[in-house]
Amino acid sequence: MLMSILNTISRWAIPALLLLIPLWGMLRKVPVYEAFVEGAEEGFSTAVKVIPFLVGMLVAISVFRASGALDVISQACEPLLVRVGAPSEVLPLAFMRPFSGNGVLGMATELMKTFGPDSFIGRLASTMQGTTDTTFFVLTVYFGSVGVVRYKYAVFTGLLADITGLLASIYICNVLFR
Amino acid sequence: MSRLLNYIWMFLLISGIAAAAFNGRIEVVTAAALQSARDAVEICISMIGVMCLWLGLLKIGEKAGMVEALSRLVKPVTVRLFPSVPPDHPALGAIIMNISANILGLGSAATPFGLRAMKEMQELNGGRKEASEAMCTFLALNTSCITIIPATIIAVRVNFNSANPTEIVGPTIFATACAMVVATSADYLFRRANRRKS
Repeated sequence: MLMSILNTISRWAIPALLLLIPLWGMLRKVPVYEAFVEGAEEGFSTAVKVIPFLVGMLVAISVFRASGALDVISQACEPLLVRVGAPSEVLPLAFMRPFSGNGVLGMATELMKTFGPDSFIGRLASTMQGTTDTTFFVLTVYFGSVGVVRYKYAVFTGLLADITGLLASIYICNVLFR
Repeated sequence: MSRLLNYIWMFLLISGIAAAAFNGRIEVVTAAALQSARDAVEICISMIGVMCLWLGLLKIGEKAGMVEALSRLVKPVTVRLFPSVPPDHPALGAIIMNISANILGLGSAATPFGLRAMKEMQELNGGRKEASEAMCTFLALNTSCITIIPATIIAVRVNFNSANPTEIVGPTIFATACAMVVATSADYLFRRANRRKS
């Protein structure tokens, strides 16, 4: 039941917006096609402006990951997370969460392949994956697009949200699925 | 605290290169660095089309008064969250659109709306190189945002023949709600502490 509702919403969301927004514009006598092109023009410059910021961030993150530094650090923190009820298999995923969306999705997929989607690890990995965003990616792209380089306390807030999200995932999965 | 990012960046590089040297995997660093530099450009370039699509639709929505109507609707919340943004500013419309897209799990629409919101807020910020308070609040909300349809992970679960692919929706909403509460309160406290300092 829930599945079919969610499915319908996610299948219809984009087509519905694609129809309703121009239709509303038409009724309000907006020259819809001209307005569309006028807005779309900004897309190019915005995307290109982000490039230098994203290169800087992704290079540092991939060096950190490929070198094995990520594994070393997540192993060092293992006793801490195991104490709050997380299996050690999900640790790299927890650490990667703020840095790389695709990386985490890959790890979650890998864990589900190994342990099955309905195992405790599979459920926890799924919950962690859907909880909070890729903080560093978002900060880099959003601030980069307007040329802001000093982020004030935004990094701190984002990381705090990530830690909360991870701990809350571990807690709720232990309550519901153990 | 505004230098935190510099330290994190250096930390990633130093620990990465040190670990690679220690493990005798220094060539891996070279390959990873060059590859990810290419990836970054690819991500941005492949974003252009979708960005154009949503920014075009957003413009229609603005001209038709849809965005304005939407921002009036949630005004009681936004004036409290973004006290430094004038209540009828177009930035708020873009912020609402971004948050709604995030909640619905429409990742492709969320980024263009979000970047539009940043652009408006940067105008209010006078084009400075330092983030404004409103930007920090927006990003706190954005990175911790509740998603009611985590579509990607559900698809992966379906793929591996899960008996109940959507059972993680409830826990995910709970966890993001916690993150959101902490992020917005932390933002509020940091903002006050930051003002007192300057």
